[in-house]
Amino acid sequence: MTEVTELSWPEADAPHTKEVLLNLGPQHPSTHGVLRLVLELDGEYVARVDPHIGYLHRGTEKLAESFTYTQIFPLTDRLDYLCPPSNNLAFAIAVEKLLGIQAPIRAQYIRVLMAELARISGHLMITGALPMDLGAMTALLYAMREREMVMDLMEMISGARMHTSFCRVGGVREDLPDGFFPKIREFCDIFPNRIRDYERLVENNRVFLKRTQGIGVISAEDGIDLGLSGPNLRASGVDWDIRRDEPYEIYDRLAFNVITRDEGDCYARWRCRVEEMRESVRIIEQCLDQMPDGSFQIDMPTIAFPVDKDRVHCSMEALIQHFDLSAYGFKVPKGEVYSAIEAPKGELGFYIISDGSPKPFRMKVRAPSFVNLQALFGVTNARYLADMIAVLGSLDPVMAEVDK
Amino acid sequence: MSVETSLIRTLIAERFGEAIKELGFSHGVHAFAAPPDMIVELCRFLKEHPALRFDFLSDICGVDHYPEAPRYEAVYHLFSLPNKWRVRIKCRLGDPPRIPSVTGVWRTANWHEREAWDMYGIRFEGHPDLRRIYMWEGFEGFPQRKDFPLRGYKDKLNPFGAEGTPPTQPDLATKDIP
Repeated sequence: MTEVTELSWPEADAPHTKEVLLNLGPQHPSTHGVLRLVLELDGEYVARVDPHIGYLHRGTEKLAESFTYTQIFPLTDRLDYLCPPSNNLAFAIAVEKLLGIQAPIRAQYIRVLMAELARISGHLMITGALPMDLGAMTALLYAMREREMVMDLMEMISGARMHTSFCRVGGVREDLPDGFFPKIREFCDIFPNRIRDYERLVENNRVFLKRTQGIGVISAEDGIDLGLSGPNLRASGVDWDIRRDEPYEIYDRLAFNVITRDEGDCYARWRCRVEEMRESVRIIEQCLDQMPDGSFQIDMPTIAFPVDKDRVHCSMEALIQHFDLSAYGFKVPKGEVYSAIEAPKGELGFYIISDGSPKPFRMKVRAPSFVNLQALFGVTNARYLADMIAVLGSLDPVMAEVDK
Repeated sequence: MSVETSLIRTLIAERFGEAIKELGFSHGVHAFAAPPDMIVELCRFLKEHPALRFDFLSDICGVDHYPEAPRYEAVYHLFSLPNKWRVRIKCRLGDPPRIPSVTGVWRTANWHEREAWDMYGIRFEGHPDLRRIYMWEGFEGFPQRKDFPLRGYKDKLNPFGAEGTPPTQPDLATKDIP
């Protein structure tokens, strides 16, 4: 660690090397998607970095203006595709605030449970991918093994492994399936030991430690100035978690620790996420213990689909309700709302302006990865090109969310 | 009406008088309307006032209220990490939309403003690097404006687009970005 921090910029009287423009990406395994970095190199030092994004721009916000509120859920899935339930949840809460309703308690527990499973799935990706970027392939293979278990649970709940679209305005799509509880309890029993395995894989890996400790330090002031949020900011010592500070859904009934670290380097960001997974398991276990009985869907025929889908085939009213909601959606009162949740990547906010019609007038996504990626400018003591890879990996941007 | 609302309102009124209008408190956010030329001063005040400390810029969002006039709007969402309060500042902008940049107050404003420029053509004056961010260089028009067709304009790459050409305005064309 000390060897790296003691290095200084080339002296002014050192032989001047010509600056070279290097194009990293858009297709490069370490850029985690289609990110292009234009780097100005002075020898092996990075003098300037200019990220070019937009290769995955699908116009989510523009599309949303022509979709009904229920139709937008699949669009939100495709923002941060490692953890779709969190995105669904953020959008559902925003619309529910506009409507002035709340999902039934059981639905809230199911949503939180899924959001925490999603957090584990998202964090597992970086737990394995950062060591892989730095040459330690093994961690990724083990992380994928556990991520497969999470994917299986997602499939069990929703029928889809990745794009679950399980939330609805006023609840979730359906109740938890039979046999789900033993399966997820098994996962909760196994998983904490597996987290220990990842830590042990990396803790004594001198190459990984040398390439992450003391590299890419972001101070707390810089982090706030650059708009970092989530684990990236907590790794710099800022004790802020929206789940605890502005509790949404049933997070105020759950006990969990907010993980912070003081170093603010690549290793701290990685470590923060690994430890957050333990807290997520705790939250899931509490959700399972406290899971109340009741409906998974709000009882409002103007907003929610019929709870019992079979009624659609034998009741005229249910058929009309189903058709109406599918074809025209529901009207949302005029107004505007900004609602943020703690997504795995940070503060995920939805700003929705409604003009009273069944489609949003304007939907803005405050995508945490988009803002976090910008922190590449604020990173200090990442001087070598190879450090850039570590910093990029530790900021954990998902390009689908960056590009919206 | 909570204590914080009256505190924020009083402090802003003391400093800016009638210029900043209050739009009320809803869904956990205090909303204010500000004239565009005061935005930097207001943001700096909210960020640096020891009782408020809105040190975190969550988001900058462009809005197109076509066909209303004034047509455009820039919406700022601020968050106070010490107090856990949220504030929304709304600035209505004429056509062509121009507003001073707040990159001097928060560095994170850089990409948010580039996005609003790219999507709505809102020119942030004093921005150090106002380039398109999502669309490619040379793209014509501002895709999230309400008069921009959902499928884009028809050309050889986009056979399903709408007929016509994007209405370019000479002073807002991408080429003359400072």
